[in-house]
Amino acid sequence: MGNVAIALGALRSGIDFASGYAGTPSTEILETLIKIAPDRVYIEWSANEKAALETAAGAALAGGFALVTMKQVGLNVASDPLMSLNYIGIKGALVVVAADDPGPSSSQTEQDTRIYGKFANIAVFDPSTPEEAYQMISDAFAFSHRFARPVIFRPATRLCHGYGVMERSDDLRKSEPEGFTKDGGKWVIFPRLAYQNHIKLEAEQEELSEIFSEYWGNILIKEGTPKRGIACGGICYPYIQEALRDIKEPCALLKVSTFPFPKKLAVEFLNGLEEVLTVEELDPYIEEELALLAGGVRIRGKMSGDLPKAGEYLPGMVKEAVCKFLGLPFERANAPKPPPQLPVRPPVLCAGCPHRASFYAVKSAVRQLLRKGTFKKAVFSGDIGCYTLGNTEPLDIVDTCLCMGAGITMAQGLNRIEKEALNFAFIGDSTFFHTGITGIINAVYNSSNIVVAILDNSTTAMTGGQPHPGIGRTARGGCSPKIDIVELLKVLGVNYVKSVSAFDIPAAQNAVKEAATYSGVRAVIFVGRCVAIEKDRRGVIRQVDTDICTGCKLCVIRLGCPALTMKDGHASIDGGLCFPCSLCASVCPSEAIKEVNYEN
Amino acid sequence: MTTSILLAGVGGQGVVVAGDVLAKALLYSGFDVKKSEIHGMAQRGGSVFSHVRFGEKVYSPVIPTGSADFIVSFENMEFLRYLEYTNNKTVLILNTARILPPSVNMGEEKYPEEAVEEYKGYFASFEELNADSVAESLGSRKAAGTVLLSVLSKYLPVKQEAWEAAIRSAFSEKIAELNLKCLKSMGKYYEDNQSL
Repeated sequence: MGNVAIALGALRSGIDFASGYAGTPSTEILETLIKIAPDRVYIEWSANEKAALETAAGAALAGGFALVTMKQVGLNVASDPLMSLNYIGIKGALVVVAADDPGPSSSQTEQDTRIYGKFANIAVFDPSTPEEAYQMISDAFAFSHRFARPVIFRPATRLCHGYGVMERSDDLRKSEPEGFTKDGGKWVIFPRLAYQNHIKLEAEQEELSEIFSEYWGNILIKEGTPKRGIACGGICYPYIQEALRDIKEPCALLKVSTFPFPKKLAVEFLNGLEEVLTVEELDPYIEEELALLAGGVRIRGKMSGDLPKAGEYLPGMVKEAVCKFLGLPFERANAPKPPPQLPVRPPVLCAGCPHRASFYAVKSAVRQLLRKGTFKKAVFSGDIGCYTLGNTEPLDIVDTCLCMGAGITMAQGLNRIEKEALNFAFIGDSTFFHTGITGIINAVYNSSNIVVAILDNSTTAMTGGQPHPGIGRTARGGCSPKIDIVELLKVLGVNYVKSVSAFDIPAAQNAVKEAATYSGVRAVIFVGRCVAIEKDRRGVIRQVDTDICTGCKLCVIRLGCPALTMKDGHASIDGGLCFPCSLCASVCPSEAIKEVNYEN
Repeated sequence: MTTSILLAGVGGQGVVVAGDVLAKALLYSGFDVKKSEIHGMAQRGGSVFSHVRFGEKVYSPVIPTGSADFIVSFENMEFLRYLEYTNNKTVLILNTARILPPSVNMGEEKYPEEAVEEYKGYFASFEELNADSVAESLGSRKAAGTVLLSVLSKYLPVKQEAWEAAIRSAFSEKIAELNLKCLKSMGKYYEDNQSL
């Protein structure tokens, strides 16, 4: 896997320190290190990406080689230290891996991390294959060390989760961090220093562009005197290689894997060409750089409308664009007409997921409050995690979702304008520690009127179950003090704090109704462990008594549990999928869902 | 020559694990192998796929549209989502076990029975079986993916030892035994490596 290759490459570079916050498609990099090198490298899951980058910056200032991993939107959280750190520089080495997600398959945006490099004047490495990533991550550390600046390493989804065959080499750099040296004002960012360093940084960009023109990862293939050329980067390179395999038409090829843009190499590529097609996912970075150098050469790509500006690029569409560009016929395979609209399979909360119970409890309790006229309206702000799926039918209880931690703060703003509404903010335990606490402080300080529903499933579920500050366990499996969410909320001055079991529906409903009678900042913590970390949950698989079941479908319609279906006019529980939580039994008005009698 | 295999199914059916086993078996048989899949939010009950490609030299981990040589559908209707990857020579291996999509479950939409029947006939060759039942009879329905690999094994230049090594590297000892039984369930491995 590409992420494993990155981890192995980083290890070969002799890293002393690795930190990060889980996020698809970057998560497996740190997980691989935790698995294979927990004793050789200090590894932590940080509370958030900003903390991850800042701790790594400290490690690098002490002369360590530090790796930081996150997904692309995580870099937004870490962008404050990133921008400044490049001005003061580092001592050992620091590589920030920010994984992009064209498509996106599992993200809020389609942002292009290469542009962060341009924005911050930081060098960017953009590998095309897992094999390249393995080599390039070592180069990224070497450049970082040589220039004493952080370096960005940007893989994208298809590389992170793509698999290839590669050979490992064991030329491990031996790590000998020198320790921090006091150096007058060198490590203290001041406006005057920032100005001087900016001049240096700009000069360095030119130097790097020159060096990168000779870099092995930037490839120019030009035989004879072709009139046309294709420029590409990232995963598009293997797509182009495959497309050109069957094409005899003369064509120059430029692959760019590093930024600042290797201008000298690009000029060599452009010389003698009449027309260029640029193929790159996300922003037209290579395309714009080529356009600046093009002279009379026509540069085509996203800006000319030849290729889409948004979405993932796939090999079929790349081949079609290449054929069109070279004036060759493109034969679409003899695929059948598309089938009629198929029933979609949206991702759903797992059978037995505590979030489903919490959502059901809140929804049913709020429905009663609205019916009684206590409130005219209830608005539910959601956050990032598995529980964003509460937005889908039939739960339909997530009205807003913006970015990590935004639910609690957005609920405050919503209530400032619409004071008569009952404003809920759902947030998971890991997200609460990530950026939720600041929102609570803001709410208490400004006497906001919100109910915070913390869905505590004891893990970072969405990304595969990483520990966090509320669990009592560190990345490498060591013990740590467990930060108690209930106590924390009380200390912060939250008016009403109640912790309930997510599956105790009556107690959960009562807590919601009670919280609603208070004013100010209120919090209900729904505790129920994620089914993925609780594989041996004890409970009773239930069955539907078809003599009693009236076929009202309430259980199916209200809960959307994958283990519940309608069969021959009655509800039916799939014993293979059921993960005993008994939520369906508490919803059934006829008490038709009963414990299975194992005795016979 | 690159051979492309598309595995399609529903989150939780073991599509990704089957892709791992397949890729390893091919790797152990001396091929260059590339594999690609989607992780994260797309899991949990959603449609899941894995692309496995092998040959002397493979560039892209993603199958270009119209060029899948095999499509293995872990669920009765899932292959319908990937028709754009097929051509008139694609072989379909179909598990007839069904998992109802939520909208069908709630009675809002119908399971596409007719489309499944109609499009099955389009494939140059197709084999169908209830892999869930076969796996269940051997020990657990969870190993249905390996039953499907067993059907696929008839078409691939992969020897028994490579398959077994791939299975053993993917599962714990106890689960590997069940999967080895499933692997042998549907036919014989391709023994004559030369003709492919």
